[in-house]
Amino acid sequence: MGSDSHRYLPTGSLDLEEMLEAIGVASVDDLFSTLPAAVRLTEPPAVEGPLSDQELRRFFRGLASRNLTPGEDVAAFLGGGAYRHETPASLDHLLYRAEFFSVYTPYQPEVSQGTLQAIFEFQTLISMLTGLPVANASMYDGASGFAEAVLMTDRVKRKRHKAVVSRGIHPEYRATLESYVQNLDLEVVEVGWDEQGRTDAAALERAVDDDTLCVAVQSPNHFGVIEPWEVAARAASSCDALSIAVVTEALSLAMLRTPGDAGCDIAVGEGQSFGLPVGFGGPYVGFLATRDEFKRAIPGRLVGETVDAEGRRAWVLTLATREQHIRREKATSNICTNQSLCALAATIYLALHGRVGLARLAEINVQRAATVRRRLFEAGDGLEAAFRGPIFNEFAVRSARPVDEVLAEMREAGVLAGVPLGPDYPELEDCWITAVTECNPPEEIDRLAAAAARMARTGTVETGAGR
Amino acid sequence: MTDRPSTTPEIAWRNEPLLFERSRPGRVGVMLPPSGVEERPLDELIPAELRRGDLEELPELSEVDVIRHFTRISRKNYAIDLGLYPLGSCTMKHNPRINEEVVRYPGLSQIHPYQPEETVQGCLELMWHLERVLVELTGMQRVSLHPSAGAQGELAGVLMIRKALEARGENRRYLLIPDSAHGTNPASAYMAGFQVKELVSNDRGTIDLEEVVREMSDEVAGAMITVPNTLGVFEDQIVEIADMLHEKGAFLYCDGANFNAYVGKARPGQMGVDVLHMNLHKTFTTPHGGGGPGAGPVAASHRLADHLPGSLVERAEDGTFRLRTPSDSIGRLRSFSSQFGILTRALCYILSMGGRGLAQVAENAVLNANYLRKALEGTYHLAHETPSLHEVVFSDRTLADTGVTTLDVAKRLMDYGFHPPTIYFPLIVHGALMIEPTETEGKEELDAFVAAMKAIAREARESPELVREAPHETPVRRCDEARAARQPVLRWWPAEEEAAE
Repeated sequence: MGSDSHRYLPTGSLDLEEMLEAIGVASVDDLFSTLPAAVRLTEPPAVEGPLSDQELRRFFRGLASRNLTPGEDVAAFLGGGAYRHETPASLDHLLYRAEFFSVYTPYQPEVSQGTLQAIFEFQTLISMLTGLPVANASMYDGASGFAEAVLMTDRVKRKRHKAVVSRGIHPEYRATLESYVQNLDLEVVEVGWDEQGRTDAAALERAVDDDTLCVAVQSPNHFGVIEPWEVAARAASSCDALSIAVVTEALSLAMLRTPGDAGCDIAVGEGQSFGLPVGFGGPYVGFLATRDEFKRAIPGRLVGETVDAEGRRAWVLTLATREQHIRREKATSNICTNQSLCALAATIYLALHGRVGLARLAEINVQRAATVRRRLFEAGDGLEAAFRGPIFNEFAVRSARPVDEVLAEMREAGVLAGVPLGPDYPELEDCWITAVTECNPPEEIDRLAAAAARMARTGTVETGAGR
Repeated sequence: MTDRPSTTPEIAWRNEPLLFERSRPGRVGVMLPPSGVEERPLDELIPAELRRGDLEELPELSEVDVIRHFTRISRKNYAIDLGLYPLGSCTMKHNPRINEEVVRYPGLSQIHPYQPEETVQGCLELMWHLERVLVELTGMQRVSLHPSAGAQGELAGVLMIRKALEARGENRRYLLIPDSAHGTNPASAYMAGFQVKELVSNDRGTIDLEEVVREMSDEVAGAMITVPNTLGVFEDQIVEIADMLHEKGAFLYCDGANFNAYVGKARPGQMGVDVLHMNLHKTFTTPHGGGGPGAGPVAASHRLADHLPGSLVERAEDGTFRLRTPSDSIGRLRSFSSQFGILTRALCYILSMGGRGLAQVAENAVLNANYLRKALEGTYHLAHETPSLHEVVFSDRTLADTGVTTLDVAKRLMDYGFHPPTIYFPLIVHGALMIEPTETEGKEELDAFVAAMKAIAREARESPELVREAPHETPVRRCDEARAARQPVLRWWPAEEEAAE
């Protein structure tokens, strides 16, 4: 093996000689003559490697071993916009097909029908689940999708400047919106929640006016509470604004009333639950669906049906005049590369589960979460439900003792019991959210309940010791 | 079907129906666990008015059906594993399989983003490593791994420029962007509230210093420059342009989409660049996935590092890692930290190459592009005489009198077993054919591509109809894109609803 041979570089020393001769230069360095001498490196950069595949395995296994892995090292009841769900083995095998993963945006439809058909199926599935007729080919994630949805309403309602947004929407989604609009003439007004943990409908009605371009509500919201979409739809239509339904747990769409059915104009959210690992935050897949009348204001790519020269059904990227490569600064968004492979994963996942599997999976989540909620509040003295509203697979817990302390003790018992709400909601610093999915088998549920019971007892003992 | 002899015989799977058309009642493709709890009637848990009806529209398919369906449609795609994919500016290189293996380790893929920091030290260490390596390669001060793709990295970059100006109490209106730029540049500038002043390229395909002088004013916030630009040409006056911008208190944004051309050979940080985004799915081999997911880390000089988006990983004295938000950050652009799985693949690739290997990546990418340039110039018209780096752009001038267009050449290439190059971009070249072979192609692959391009040039003169009606050998023939846009059909509808419409 020559010192310059590498497994990803097919050009060998003989090829190099022949190619340099054909080009008519003496060395490869001559081809870099346009780089000013002052900025050219004389030494290769100081980067470790090249490592063999075995060395790479060792390196990454080492990193992996320094994490606590849910399902292996610890029982995790964590949600907050990222949910652990079982992934069928067949899904990953299909994703491994190079015909899907080593291709790019299907600009050339004649050699990209596989990608295009899959995206068309994704759009159809998202449309079915949201109850809105037009869905795009994907957004980066739920948070940036939400920001883009608000910008979309800004294109439809050009003269208006106010986005009315529920504080029940994921804090990171709202933070992303703030970043996206920071230099635009657009004000974000936030509305709080009621005793049930739902968006305060009266406050929402008060917040909207004829300068309002959209009203956005999330369900299940960040506290896990299911919200009636009609609240957003009604507030929006009262002032001729658009309503945005935000979804962070896509599996809930299999059980809950659809945004379209409830009269919402846009549904946007995170599709990670459909076959994508939580993977420390990404890559996931955002989805965005809307009414037919707004299809030309939609950001991102769209696949449409057509025919080929012989009249056969075919699919192509369409309505491209909305997009940056044609419209440049007048585009509906700057998005180019999206999350196509993740959208494919979601499509395969939904196809495998189908009508019966998806509904049943949603019900398993609902039944388990309801049971855990009941057992947690029975077992844990000093733990109670923060809100009484109906839930899907996540709920807020209020703790008499400091949240950090309790969660740390639970961790000692091998349980990551939830995500604290305090950092994002100072008024809920005594609360956390617990999520339960089909990835939390009965023995993990027992462990959580036992830890809560023990924690309550320990707490009592420690309190008795004069804390 | 017509009886055209050149068309391959119809194969059953080529007409693979949609999932919904394949659906048969009573089938399912998964086995679910029992709930394992005592189940209550749903009405007690969630009131009926908050629930939806049956998912009757969703397909019903077995695992076998689903695997066949997706395997069949996958075979209608052209992929890098089949051969050259010279899509200019997209850097369609080989996707190493070891990257795909390590990213699936449960200790990485199953980690929840909201686990306490002390339980995710491996993830944070991985991100810390990647930032160190990207700092070494770019010569920039810090790198935020937060943005989801190149365009979001761009948006981050221009928002950072805006933020830095605000911190100085200034509100400048314009960004200078050359006419050869990617469409995402002006779109991102606009989203950050800037207006665009276009810089006209000179006949060498580069930016003239005089043009920058002409457009420069106190209202200019900065310039967005792609290096090498979309013609594959290095902006050899970049250092002077940077100096000129800095003198006026403005910033230089560098679009790193084409970093593959000089990785390991030069550092943007030494060229006066203030902010740079990189596309990990281009230079660092993470799979393009049919159009993503990518990742667009954004790197900053000392002038802009305080404004980086999201969180950066810091290593404490005791060796532990923590996420910290920069002091005057533009904020977050997505939920959670990053496209972590993409970062994992990129780091795996970087370590599989090493420093010398990465320099060789740029060398071989440039070697391959120049080999194609030399072999094809004459047959096709070279848009600019200026030396090419990683890609070469031809115009349609030699086709002018044949009636054959750039689009026809692209379609005909499919019949020869190649993915077409990027076409009609950059906009400043008439009928552009933008060819980027990348370093992962061997000489015989390049020779085969050259032979195909020459054969098509011959056909354009001798049998232009053959080229104009191409492709002939693909799963579908030329698609009616105008019809798709005129009467948009954006989802499947059940037959009765379609009839009712």
